Amino acid sequence: MGLDTGDTAWVLISAALVLFMTPGLALFYGGMVRSKHVLGMLMQNIFAMGIISVLWSAVGYSLAFGGSGRFIGDFSLAFLNGADGITGTIPTMAFVAFQMMFAVITPALITGATADRLKFASYAVLIAAWALLVYFPVARWVWNSNGWIFQMGALDFAGGAAIHINAGIAALAVVLVIGNRIGHGSEPMPPHNLPTTILGTGILWFGWMGFNAGSALAANGVAAQAVVNTHLAAAAGMLGWLIAERKQAGHATTLGAASGAVAGLVAITPCAGFVGGASPLIIGAVAGALCYLALGIKARLKLDDSLDVIAVHLVGGIIGTVLLGLFADTGVNDGGADGLFYGGGVELLVDQVIAAVSVLIYSFVVTYVIAKVIDRTMGLRVDSNDERAGLDQSQHSESAYQA
Amino acid sequence: MKLITAIIKPFKLDDVKDALKAIGVTGMTVTEVRGFGRQGGHTETYRGAEYKIDFVPKVSVETVVSDAQVDAVVDAIASAAHSEKIGDGKIWVVDVERLIRIRTGEEGDHAV
Repeated sequence: MGLDTGDTAWVLISAALVLFMTPGLALFYGGMVRSKHVLGMLMQNIFAMGIISVLWSAVGYSLAFGGSGRFIGDFSLAFLNGADGITGTIPTMAFVAFQMMFAVITPALITGATADRLKFASYAVLIAAWALLVYFPVARWVWNSNGWIFQMGALDFAGGAAIHINAGIAALAVVLVIGNRIGHGSEPMPPHNLPTTILGTGILWFGWMGFNAGSALAANGVAAQAVVNTHLAAAAGMLGWLIAERKQAGHATTLGAASGAVAGLVAITPCAGFVGGASPLIIGAVAGALCYLALGIKARLKLDDSLDVIAVHLVGGIIGTVLLGLFADTGVNDGGADGLFYGGGVELLVDQVIAAVSVLIYSFVVTYVIAKVIDRTMGLRVDSNDERAGLDQSQHSESAYQA
Repeated sequence: MKLITAIIKPFKLDDVKDALKAIGVTGMTVTEVRGFGRQGGHTETYRGAEYKIDFVPKVSVETVVSDAQVDAVVDAIASAAHSEKIGDGKIWVVDVERLIRIRTGEEGDHAV
């Protein structure tokens, strides 16, 4: 296979689309926190664009895609030396860029769970260590042809396990170490600016086209199917969430519409290039409704997963990863497999569950240890005065809104 | 001279302003405030979590008028801010010891 300019153009554009998702996520989360913490939240997200990009070029790409190990790569492609060939039909450098944006947004997802209480310097160390010890290895397992999950035959088109289950369970681990916000459960903590959250949702939805369809690594029919699947799952996710919300709480809310769309997007992520027909509608609607119902998990655990990373990303990621075992269709993508509903038996379903559980356990354990070590050494959490004053003042000496 | 302060529903501000202008009130100061009275707060639901919002948004209107105007002003505010629903607010009147117009140095009723 030689270099294809159409494929190359699409992957380069997709890299830019995925990059745009991180500021989108910043706005999505930023609107949901209280106004004294909004810069802290925005900063944690955009800072990932800084530190993770540097790490990715230095060692991340090499650890995920270099060498021939099943669990981790090597340093043969450090600083992108030797990454100047062709991967499939695109320049390897286009693949490097596209995957870099995935590495950036994944740790940023965690910030929703730990909102309003992470010390900034500790956060920087946390996501750097997390990228090195959790994300780069898991990306290896799932997406590199030498990786053990890839070889097992489990499918993850754009990161249901590698990104959403991974970041979602990591969020749970960090919350267990850091504890709940001061006033959690006793003081009201309503979102300070939902229009910002809606804007962020739009940017995420837009960027997700590149996230999922770019993962075809080609401008072809699979990419087109992935665009349609992505959009339909977001749409059905919104409806599923709103129906459940209105039935349970009485109103269809704007935050619910935004959250449902994101839940649908999360769930379709592993499936995007492997399913067709009505499957994206079913996957999206199921995710929207179940993620809404999963909001109750944190209340039951008395756990302050502040912006519901567990309900949306962990649960949504599990739903997508497992449902792929039912809905995968080689009629859509002959590079995939057939799920239970398409004559493939339970084999794929079992592989999907093994992949989900493996990422779940690995990410939880390693993240918990990282968070614990940082907490013991530099302290993960701001002191109570700084927390009450807000991250904007205490961590960055700034205010988002001048009176 | 009296200082008249009215706490009203925000959406009634334009009606109150128009009513006061119509009876010759020449100035007022408006502040966005939050508080509660018998109306209490309200609840808002975000992702299934219900929050009790104790302090509801209100507008405070302040104006200083001559003694002769007081009854007319109070009546005008009361009728313009009236919605027959709980939470319409309150009006109170207090004495003003001195009033000075900064530009001219005029005092008392001349400065109203």
